[in-house]
Amino acid sequence: MPTPRPRRLFASLSFVLACWAGSATAGDVVVSAASSLTDAFKAVATAYEAKHPGTKVVLNFAASDVLLQQIANGAPADVFASADQKAMDKAQAQGVLLNGSRKNFATNQLVLIVPTTSQLTITGLKDLEKPSIKRIAYGDPASVPVGRYTQAALQADGSWQAVSAKAVLAANVRQSLDYVARDEVDAGFVFATDAAIAKDKVKVELRVNSPTPISYPIAVVAQSKHVADAQAFENFVLSPEGQQLLAKSGFLKP
Amino acid sequence: MGIWFPLLLSLKVAICATALNLLLGVAVAFGLSRWRSPLRDLVDSLLTLPLVLPPTVLGYYLLVLLGRRGVFGAWLERWGINPVFTWEGAVIASTLVAFPLIQKAARAAFENVDPQLESAARVLGLPERAVFFRVSLPLASKGITAGALLAFARALGEFGATLMIAGNLPGRTQTLSVAIYAAVQAGDDRGANILVVVASITCVVVLLIAGRLAPNRSRVPVS
Repeated sequence: MPTPRPRRLFASLSFVLACWAGSATAGDVVVSAASSLTDAFKAVATAYEAKHPGTKVVLNFAASDVLLQQIANGAPADVFASADQKAMDKAQAQGVLLNGSRKNFATNQLVLIVPTTSQLTITGLKDLEKPSIKRIAYGDPASVPVGRYTQAALQADGSWQAVSAKAVLAANVRQSLDYVARDEVDAGFVFATDAAIAKDKVKVELRVNSPTPISYPIAVVAQSKHVADAQAFENFVLSPEGQQLLAKSGFLKP
Repeated sequence: MGIWFPLLLSLKVAICATALNLLLGVAVAFGLSRWRSPLRDLVDSLLTLPLVLPPTVLGYYLLVLLGRRGVFGAWLERWGINPVFTWEGAVIASTLVAFPLIQKAARAAFENVDPQLESAARVLGLPERAVFFRVSLPLASKGITAGALLAFARALGEFGATLMIAGNLPGRTQTLSVAIYAAVQAGDDRGANILVVVASITCVVVLLIAGRLAPNRSRVPVS
């Protein structure tokens, strides 16, 4: 038997690796969920898989509008869970959602966080205009829901102009959290559930009133090839068990 | 969204990074080409790392080193310097990423200089400094120019490490690549289309200029 040539060996190896690392297969449900749902949905997916042997939940986390772009461009997602109604409205307007599958499943709270080592005292949004605060992180309002909530809250308060001049725009809520945790910015806007996972590095300075309620919608994607499984996952999120897991991560009732 | 700021910022960053790399890369390349030591290969591999490591790894290293809580960052902070989220941070990222391109090209060029010419210059009484500036460097300049052009193009398009250390601050650190990324994420196809056309035209212009600058026989092919 001739010894395999290095190039052929390399080709077969890459093929094996490609198959091994292969993306979603037949029994998989691909769930595209907002970044703030990272920890909660991991727990929900594990519980769902335990109840439905043979079904694997593949999670895809990013800013809601990024997920929407992927779905609108034909990414094979089965379920879409966004952090605000606007991203879901856009999805509905583009006709990528299964009719009647859209439901609200959780609410959240907007908070202002600072590094635990911070000496700043912030009692209101107006304090962010102080010159001692140089950089404020929040999601890009063009693509990240938490950025839109932040913008609306600051606009209602009249401090948007001053604060946006100090903006460090993050690609998703977890990036804002990371910037604050690393002490690279003086303050940042995230959801209460995000602040809770980094308690040792950030502290909540202010609970921010959001003019629009912070509610999370979920829906089945119209072009899904696993509508039944996708609907089953959505139902599980809305079920008492799913709701309990979300509450454990700090999410509030829809 | 304005297109001028991201374009000019990208050019500024690429020019600064290339200038820095010309000094650093040529000095290191000359040193390595004349250094005889078993450690040389190890040092050479370490210096080539930015070429093969994912830019996110480099960005992470930079963030951890230069961030306010970083080893150097804490020290720099005392001098009032904080490169994270500044355009200077983008220069550092681009310089690091493009460094091996100049260093490799310059080293090959120095090693191709005929040692007899350098010896002849020494015999004729030139001091070592003059041998370098009047013989070695002019003879190697073609290779160094080619490396510098590659490094410039690489720095102009730098994305991963830049995003991690300089962030996405519109009007301050938002380079062309980062602006395109932000536009696509936001579903702003019109903005993205304008920016990618600007980026493509810029690259063609850079290549054309490169073709003009390069010595006649080694014109950089534009096609």
